Amino acid sequence: MAVANYLYLSAILFTIGAIGVVVRRNSIVVFMCIELMLNAANLAFVTFARINSNLEGQVVAFFTMVVAACEVVVGLAIIVTIYRSRRSASVDDASLLKR
Amino acid sequence: MQTSENLLWLIALPLFSSAILLLAGKRANSWGHIMGTIVSASTFTIGIIEFFAMQARSEENRAVTQKIFTWISVGSFQVDASLLLDQLSICFVLLITGVGTLIHVYSIAYMSHDLDRRRFFAYLNFFIAAMLLLVLGDSYLNLYVGWEGVGLASYLLIGFWNEKPAYATAAKKAFVANRVGDVGLSLAIMIAFATFGDVSFSGMKEGVDQASSTQLTAIGLMLLLAACGKSAQFPLQSWLGDAMAGPTPVSALIHAATMVTAGVYLITRSNFIFDAAPIAQLMVLIIGGITLLFGAIIGTAKDDIKKALAASTMSQIGYMILATGLGPIGYAFAIMHLLTHGFFKASMFLGAGSVMHGMKDEVNMRRYGGIGKFMPITFLTFGLGYLAIIGVPPFAGFYSKDKIIETALNEGGVKGLILGSATLFGAMITAFYMTRVVILTFFGNERWGHKDEPHESPALMLIPIGLLSIGSVASGYLLYKGDWLVHWLEPVVNPLEVHHKELLPPIVVSVMAVVVVIIGVAIAILKYRGEQTDKAPEQVSSLTKAARADLFQDSFNEAAFMRPGQSLVKNLLNIDYLLIDGAVRGVGSVSLSAGNKLRVIQNGYVRSYALLMVVGALALIATIWVVTA
Repeated sequence: MAVANYLYLSAILFTIGAIGVVVRRNSIVVFMCIELMLNAANLAFVTFARINSNLEGQVVAFFTMVVAACEVVVGLAIIVTIYRSRRSASVDDASLLKR
Repeated sequence: MQTSENLLWLIALPLFSSAILLLAGKRANSWGHIMGTIVSASTFTIGIIEFFAMQARSEENRAVTQKIFTWISVGSFQVDASLLLDQLSICFVLLITGVGTLIHVYSIAYMSHDLDRRRFFAYLNFFIAAMLLLVLGDSYLNLYVGWEGVGLASYLLIGFWNEKPAYATAAKKAFVANRVGDVGLSLAIMIAFATFGDVSFSGMKEGVDQASSTQLTAIGLMLLLAACGKSAQFPLQSWLGDAMAGPTPVSALIHAATMVTAGVYLITRSNFIFDAAPIAQLMVLIIGGITLLFGAIIGTAKDDIKKALAASTMSQIGYMILATGLGPIGYAFAIMHLLTHGFFKASMFLGAGSVMHGMKDEVNMRRYGGIGKFMPITFLTFGLGYLAIIGVPPFAGFYSKDKIIETALNEGGVKGLILGSATLFGAMITAFYMTRVVILTFFGNERWGHKDEPHESPALMLIPIGLLSIGSVASGYLLYKGDWLVHWLEPVVNPLEVHHKELLPPIVVSVMAVVVVIIGVAIAILKYRGEQTDKAPEQVSSLTKAARADLFQDSFNEAAFMRPGQSLVKNLLNIDYLLIDGAVRGVGSVSLSAGNKLRVIQNGYVRSYALLMVVGALALIATIWVVTA
């Protein structure tokens, strides 16, 4: 199996994630789509590390995971707070910045 | 050249006094006028001392200098603030300080009812300082400082009663007209610097042989423009009549005896330029000739006694300017006429002030009449000044004016004919309008229309007038006797030959001058004898109407400069509004509408922002792809 297929998979996963972010309203789903995009990127990093036979991509993947973990903590906290105050998890309801 | 330590005091004393009077404020009200007068008298004393010291020295050593400090030092170019007192400047120093002191004394009484007398004396002292700097400066740059100083003093004093808008306007008019002349002087200095690399009189005199005639002509014409502005010569003459808005002592000192003659001084001082620039010299003659007739014609129609005298001043300075245009011999006669004119015109102005003082500040001669018997001393002194100005022998004006007419006639050819007849005709008109002034004021029926009889002025005013009228009797003969002034000024103005070609014997010229004067006087007596009304006649010839309207000088200035200037400004304003403001406003409205369009994107929905990011990222990738491929 060609290594390049992992790259295709990564691209497909990233696209699914991006579309999910744009089209879904539920903030939890949007959040999961963001995670999907991050992990698609991770997959690409690891694949490139494999192609180039060095460890740099793998190291970056670890960093991404750490950042993603932090992001989950902060993001979920925001979502829970918004849900508590507005009784809604829809991202379209949280459009206060416009006004 | 010898040095003297006294010269600085001439300028410093009145300058300090002026500063003290202005800074001390009301505290100086009680003694300010006395200090001003004493300071002026002490400058006169210094002048006398310097004069006798100068006379005692041999002819080559008469000029003295004093370096005060180095003003400008740039590479090889150096201008010192230094003073030069030579045979020419001492004449002016004595005139300025002498007449100035008498007028200070006169003003004590004349201005005694004015609350601002202290300020008046401060300005007078400032004027004395500036005028002395003008005549004592040893370079054009030093002269320029004094030149501007007297312009400022003139402005302040014309507008002394600036609570009246017309007077404030008159002051502004004088200032603006003077500025036009000042531009001429500054241009002359710049051209002189470019030509000679030096702006001192002595340095330029040495370099005159190397300069091209074009450069010299340019300098000469610019100096003439400066002289026209300061001396109220055609075409910058219109301010002098309005300058009579100032208090009468000011009219006597600044606008008759001293400041307005600064143009004559400037041309005489620059004699080495004009002698080497025939075109500029010819222009001087033309300007002088035009102005002497111009002023005389205006003088015939003025009912305001001060404006009639102002027109006469303009005309007499025209004589002086014309004389300076006659070359080396003319300078001495110009200065001679300047000195005698300083006496008799100041005496007559002060006499007019005395009449106004007795007549409740009435200036319209149509409302005078028969004042002679109420104010005998004023009448006597004014009469002496009158005889001097029209040129009755042996009064002062006869000698000085006769010499100018003689020199003009002796030019020979068409030039001599034109100049000679202009000066003779001017003398006739002078005799006419001065006789008119005297008859309307001192003779005839009383027309002042109120019961109070005019009263003679206090002694403090009469004594200066008396001294000046003695000067207007005697000064002419004293200066003329044995060509004293001509020989005295010889080292400065280099007359090549003192008695040059004589086409007509002097006695013939004198007879002609006296005959035209008699004609002028006779016409005036015939016209103005008998009863007069207090209104100017309405049915008059168009020439009289023109003369009453100052020969349309103001209408001309208005049509030629004011209206075009206004429309220029209006157009510039429109251009500014449309083009420059338009550009600024355009930028503003473009950004505003762009912002309005772009804010649609800012809808507050997270998903829309996310879509934008995705689209942006895709666009970025596409760009990189296209660029690298």
